[in-house]
Amino acid sequence: MAVIKKKGSKETPAISTSSLPDVIFMLIFFFMVSTQMREQELLVRYRLPAATEIQKLEKKSLVSFIHIGPPSLAMQAKFGNAPKVQLNDSYRTTKDILDFIASERDKLNEADRNAMTVCIKADNQTRMGIITDVKQELRRANALKISYAASKTAGY
Amino acid sequence: MAANKRKIQEINAGSMADISFLLLIFFLVATTMNTDSGLARMLPPMPDENTEQKPSDIKERNLMKVFISQNNNIMVSTQEAENQVIDIRQLKEKAKEFVLNPFDLETLPEKKVKEIELADGAKWSYPVSEGVISLQNDRGTSYEAYIMVQNELTRAFNEVRNELSKEKYGMEFTDLGEAARKSITDAVPLKISEAEPRNVGGK
Repeated sequence: MAVIKKKGSKETPAISTSSLPDVIFMLIFFFMVSTQMREQELLVRYRLPAATEIQKLEKKSLVSFIHIGPPSLAMQAKFGNAPKVQLNDSYRTTKDILDFIASERDKLNEADRNAMTVCIKADNQTRMGIITDVKQELRRANALKISYAASKTAGY
Repeated sequence: MAANKRKIQEINAGSMADISFLLLIFFLVATTMNTDSGLARMLPPMPDENTEQKPSDIKERNLMKVFISQNNNIMVSTQEAENQVIDIRQLKEKAKEFVLNPFDLETLPEKKVKEIELADGAKWSYPVSEGVISLQNDRGTSYEAYIMVQNELTRAFNEVRNELSKEKYGMEFTDLGEAARKSITDAVPLKISEAEPRNVGGK
């Protein structure tokens, strides 16, 4: 004879959490796909100039960054306010750009080297002098594909 | 019989959620989401030091010089009018007029009919403008003004391309396929040359 136990049936069953990991894993995958690793610590401050005709940089892995701007607040006591060039993780002079481009180029495989893009992220209050120096060095290093980083604006 | 009845104990998956939360937080902290965007340009290759530099053989009518002074004023010279000081808002129209040369004026750039190959193999003859916009700045020019001018010039080219694309394909330039887009960029090449700066304003 089947005896129905009535003992436990009055308590509400616990909500199953077994699918919780799946949900979170889904979130993880979303973040892994849509973001990229933070590569370097910023030592300069910049506010990008605004532009309307900007294009997205296509392949992230082919892009190297050159940051130009006044030193960040933590570094200001040491380095003052004059705009500086940051390559990788330290302040450099424009003379180091040749080496920087060469090492960045070495990281890419043969086929991609021509598609390498240098993105210049400079503060909008910088004078063109330093940027021109950087551009001349890039020409010398034969890294001719560049992109002036800018933020989107509706227009003026 | 007895072996069948014995169940393998289930692995406790209760902490799985915690582990994945931990991973999630790690990825949240260690990654960035911002997509970089900017104005794409090609720099001219460095001239060979051994070869003697010959003066550029661009005809005067084909050249529009845009100079940004150290005080961020914009000066435009073409054959039509030398050294005009203009406002940033006028620059786009000026550049468009220069690229299009709608009335085939003597003082604006000449056009050369070029055969452009289309996606389906057909040829398309279009008078491609010979004009070059030469952008020159001072060492004291602010980067913001420089980008604004670059942006206006790009906007002029983009609008010309867009108009041509609507005329030819009946679609916006940005909606075109790759082959069609290439035909339009061949018809309206982005010819902005970045000349070496003058040094008046110092660093």
